[in-house]
Amino acid sequence: MTGSATSPTRVAGASVAPEAGTRPPIVEGKGLTKKFGESVAVDGIDFLVREGECCGFLGPNGAGKTTTVRMISCVSPVSAGEIRVFGMNVTQEPRKIKALLGVCPQEDNLDPDFSVLNNLLVYARYFGIPRREAVGRAEELLEFLQIKDRAATKIRTLSGGMKRRLLIARSLINKPRLLLLDEPTTGLDPQARHLIWQRVRALKKLGTTILLTTHYMEEAAQLCDRVVFIDNGKILTEGSPEALVRENVTPDVVEIVGAGEDLLRELAAMDVKVEMLPDRLYAYTDRGQEIHKLVTERFPVEQCLLRRGTLEDVFLKLTGRELRDH
Amino acid sequence: MDVSWRAVQVWRRDFNVYRATLWTNAIPPIFEPILYLLAFGAGVGTLIGKPIPYAGRDVSYIAFIAPGLIAMTIMFWAFFETLYSSFIRMYYQKTFDAIVATPLSLGDVIAGEILWAATKAVGASVLMLGVISFFRILEPTAVLVIPFAALAGLFFAALGMIFTAICPTIDTFNLPIFLFIYPMFLFGGTFFPIDLLPPWARIVAHTLPLTHVAGFVRAVCLGNLDASLWIHVAYLAVGTPVLFILSIVLMRRRLVH
Repeated sequence: MTGSATSPTRVAGASVAPEAGTRPPIVEGKGLTKKFGESVAVDGIDFLVREGECCGFLGPNGAGKTTTVRMISCVSPVSAGEIRVFGMNVTQEPRKIKALLGVCPQEDNLDPDFSVLNNLLVYARYFGIPRREAVGRAEELLEFLQIKDRAATKIRTLSGGMKRRLLIARSLINKPRLLLLDEPTTGLDPQARHLIWQRVRALKKLGTTILLTTHYMEEAAQLCDRVVFIDNGKILTEGSPEALVRENVTPDVVEIVGAGEDLLRELAAMDVKVEMLPDRLYAYTDRGQEIHKLVTERFPVEQCLLRRGTLEDVFLKLTGRELRDH
Repeated sequence: MDVSWRAVQVWRRDFNVYRATLWTNAIPPIFEPILYLLAFGAGVGTLIGKPIPYAGRDVSYIAFIAPGLIAMTIMFWAFFETLYSSFIRMYYQKTFDAIVATPLSLGDVIAGEILWAATKAVGASVLMLGVISFFRILEPTAVLVIPFAALAGLFFAALGMIFTAICPTIDTFNLPIFLFIYPMFLFGGTFFPIDLLPPWARIVAHTLPLTHVAGFVRAVCLGNLDASLWIHVAYLAVGTPVLFILSIVLMRRRLVH
């Protein structure tokens, strides 16, 4: 979605608060490993999520993001290494940890036997929240995620976006200190996605620590103070979205369709780093304006687009362009 | 093992759903044993005509079969609750996944489901006793069926949960039903005295749980209290915790990875 020809995106927004790096860690993984039989899904990673930050786990399908989140939420046993959440070991204190967590899973597991409101009320009982308190909280949350008018509706009739909003509402019913969002906007339309982003930012402002996984780079750039790139069960790099873009890609990228030999020679002469794709060419540069002008004025190409370097460029640089369907 | 009082919340969940869908889901299973009673009691009973020997005396066929049908109903209501309904909640609705993300453990979920299924079995036994009381064959000791239904219900619920844990898909349920439930239904002393079976089959029948449930229920319904009742109770009291633990172990193997 990022870097498409029609919508140049900027790496925007979230600046890291100065004291962010010194806040106490809420989640602490050390040599965390997960094996499924012979295959290693998470390969000895070390990571921290600090209080009050929004941390993003980014990586292709099968990278190990969801597996890590499942281990943090105490539902998937750790194969080796350890995770401490709120200072407690996930293997020893799962009930205490889970009482303080909000988990929004990738897959819809709302209770289809209940209405929207009752999904929240029944879930509140699992946390031992008294009914009176649960009713007030549920109404607030339905309002917050704009599904209040559907409170009496059965789950089956909800759209994908409404189900996801309800899943988020449900994950907040116990006022969690740490919210785990596993691909919160996958498969949603832009309206639903933007509403969820807005709400996640509001939660962040209220001080909720958030760990989210995504493979939408725009989402990470919009929401995360810090992102951790994961691939093949290992951490490739981490940092603030701005810093990662700064360190890994050039400020500007010129996308050219239909470049001829002469243009390639010209770019090489100017010492511009290019990447060839089957149908287009990327020129990485800090002189975007100049190159864009040069190409459009002097070379007969089909299309020439100037955009900023993005987190998506970082992602593809670090994880490569091969497909990950397996 | 990790089972806590929080299992009650799973029971409450199932109870709430049941109450909300009472008229659509619960009415047909209530009428099924009543139809059996009419068909076998009035139909086959008339055909047989002669009394059935039971505990040194003769009883009418309806008096013989009615307690057998109570036993069968206890088994069906508990077993099919944890077989089909729990499987649907676990596999299709992902309800178990949602619940274990809260302070509840998988052990709590399994325990709550089994408790609920046993509750249904108790309800079924009360209902059946009510219907059968119209036939004027029950002795006052028949009320002992109700607490016994709780124990038998837990047993069959745990058994059903084991098959839910090991069956890969809902289609494979035909196998346990064909291998366990129907043989028990037919040869577990429900429709005819197991003394009529050849010796080897009698031995097999005594290993089947439904034989013990039917044996107990018939004895208390017809007022034939003796020491052998303790054998039936002991069979279930020993079997239930074994099956319960096994169901949690197998369910963990299926769901926790």
